Amino acid sequence: MNRNRRLIIFQDNAWVPSTAVIRKITPEIEGVKTFLLELADSQVTRAYTFRPGQFNMLYVPGAGEAAISMSGDPDSSRLLAHTIRFAGNVTRRIGSLQVGDSLGLRGPFGTGWPLEECAGRDLILVAGGIGLPPLRPLIYHLLAEREQYGRIYLLYGARSPEMRLYTSEFQAWSEKGLVIKETVDRKTLGWQGNVGVVPLLLDQLEAFDPERAILMICGPEVMMRFTARSAMQRGMTSEQIWVSTERNMQCAVGMCGHCQLGPEFVCKDGPVFRYDQISPYLLVEGL
Amino acid sequence: MSTQRHSSYSCFLSYDQFAKIFDVLHAFDYEVIGPTLEQEAIVYGSIRTVDDLPRGWTDIQEPGRYRLQQREDDALFGYVVGPHSWKQFLFPPVSTLSTADRTDVGWQFSEAKQEFPKVAYLGVRACEIAAMQIQDRVFLEGPYVDHEYQSRRRQALIIAVNCTQAASTCFCTSMNTGPRCQQGFDLALTELPEGFLVEVATPEGEAVINSLESEDVTPEIETAAETARQNAVEQIKKELDTTDIRNLLMSNLEHPHWDEVAERCLSCTNCTMVCPTCFCSSVEEVSDLSGDHVERQRQWDSCFNVSFSYMNGGLVRNSIRNRYRQWLTHKLATWNDQFGTSGCVGCGRCITWCPVGIDLTEEVAILRQSQEQSLLESEQEADHLPG
Repeated sequence: MNRNRRLIIFQDNAWVPSTAVIRKITPEIEGVKTFLLELADSQVTRAYTFRPGQFNMLYVPGAGEAAISMSGDPDSSRLLAHTIRFAGNVTRRIGSLQVGDSLGLRGPFGTGWPLEECAGRDLILVAGGIGLPPLRPLIYHLLAEREQYGRIYLLYGARSPEMRLYTSEFQAWSEKGLVIKETVDRKTLGWQGNVGVVPLLLDQLEAFDPERAILMICGPEVMMRFTARSAMQRGMTSEQIWVSTERNMQCAVGMCGHCQLGPEFVCKDGPVFRYDQISPYLLVEGL
Repeated sequence: MSTQRHSSYSCFLSYDQFAKIFDVLHAFDYEVIGPTLEQEAIVYGSIRTVDDLPRGWTDIQEPGRYRLQQREDDALFGYVVGPHSWKQFLFPPVSTLSTADRTDVGWQFSEAKQEFPKVAYLGVRACEIAAMQIQDRVFLEGPYVDHEYQSRRRQALIIAVNCTQAASTCFCTSMNTGPRCQQGFDLALTELPEGFLVEVATPEGEAVINSLESEDVTPEIETAAETARQNAVEQIKKELDTTDIRNLLMSNLEHPHWDEVAERCLSCTNCTMVCPTCFCSSVEEVSDLSGDHVERQRQWDSCFNVSFSYMNGGLVRNSIRNRYRQWLTHKLATWNDQFGTSGCVGCGRCITWCPVGIDLTEEVAILRQSQEQSLLESEQEADHLPG
């Protein structure tokens, strides 16, 4: 079985967080902000590297931990960006913190996007809603060495125009060679673009090589399933499709059992899986 | 327990000498944990003298039923396994993982300070050694090592006992884990009417035995021990057919039988609590009144708890059917993918301690029968196709 293990060997005790200080907070959209964190121990900072697609456990003492994907540039990681939607107890507590406050950070954990598969190919990145932050490190990384890849697309779906993340960066990304296609579920006044679900953007996509392209998806499970189905109707195989899955991650090291999905521990075998590996389980209700 | 190679040998200990092993172990600074009577069950607890052992008692086990009964002899180990397992000592039900202290320069985090005493585990059965070795794979042999488990395991002296009888719920022979202890111990005892045949497997075990007056093993003792051990083998009636069991379960994830089990299962978590290999846990925040000192406490959890699969405001496994299916498929199927071994050792605890007596071996047998039946039907159908 393809175990898809790409592991960062953890320094010492994987349970003990490092102190991280909030250096900047950027409001993104309603209920979502990006926190730039700096590790307090400069030695830890120097040793810290991550792959696009990996996540950290952020810890507010007294409230608990939340698994948050890295959303910054993996090639300049002194300040670690985490774009957080305030949804649960822990993330709401993070939302109440100020610049200069500290919290705990464990990581990085999990697999990343399949960078080694990408060279020389057309790449299609598909994001739904809050699924864009885990893809942003990949975008930075790909655009920094743009010449190594074929066409690169970002297909992005949001609930409504004002719920789109990182729009201020879109022009710079386009200039560097990322083709961005967007859609919204509900349009508002002034929206000239597409309305509808994300897989439609893939259906309409013309210039790419389905035999060699790599598709990388992050978003709600139902959106990932339909996008993968569209891709396979276009002639791609499930070996060319990668998805970032989500489960209840607590220990992040495969020992607490919460995030199991069939044989996989999403925290350490994922969260990024090749679709042929995970779809037999992803498609079973309540597994 | 030492992992260094050591040529094993056997000796004989009279009951009188065996009674002195507790003083010897204490002199070597071991705390002794072993079987003892408590609340009408044989559980594992602190043992100071031989009189703390359940002398002359046995257990009667059936699905959903456990009773103690007096024996006609004074055997010290004349029973099988009870509701406790050694898991509670190596992977405690509650333990502190890390601490957080608020300081002028922000939160500071440290590893929890813990002492790990030397412990002699007395009365470990073959299935229980197998269970420890399965948890070793979970906590020690993956990419991440659990420090607490590692420390406790390193401090363990395993004094195993070979079963000389079996309960109706035992099926270690199906899981190839027992009833004889083959490895993974420092000392292994076989209880006989006059004393114990002792297999000495490690230098640590040898040091203990050398402090006692042991005797040579006569051929009569060897034969009597073999007969006693064989008695356990012959009493095991329960079977679990493990042939291709991973695929049997994973190709029947939507089988209607899961709904049938769900009508009986109470989702009470007993099976996971008594299971010697189940390792699921959750972490809780434990804060002092000021909120300036916070500890992260790991506690046993269970895939049968409703909140276990909570995610984004919803539950992934929102029915008993889904939770029972998770437990059984993990234990018998996906555990193999994850750790290269079954998660079941055939100890039968989950059968005995299930309040409604659900027997996993029967549930698997029903799935297997159903699969064989549908294979047969599809073959018959194929035979009737023209041409």
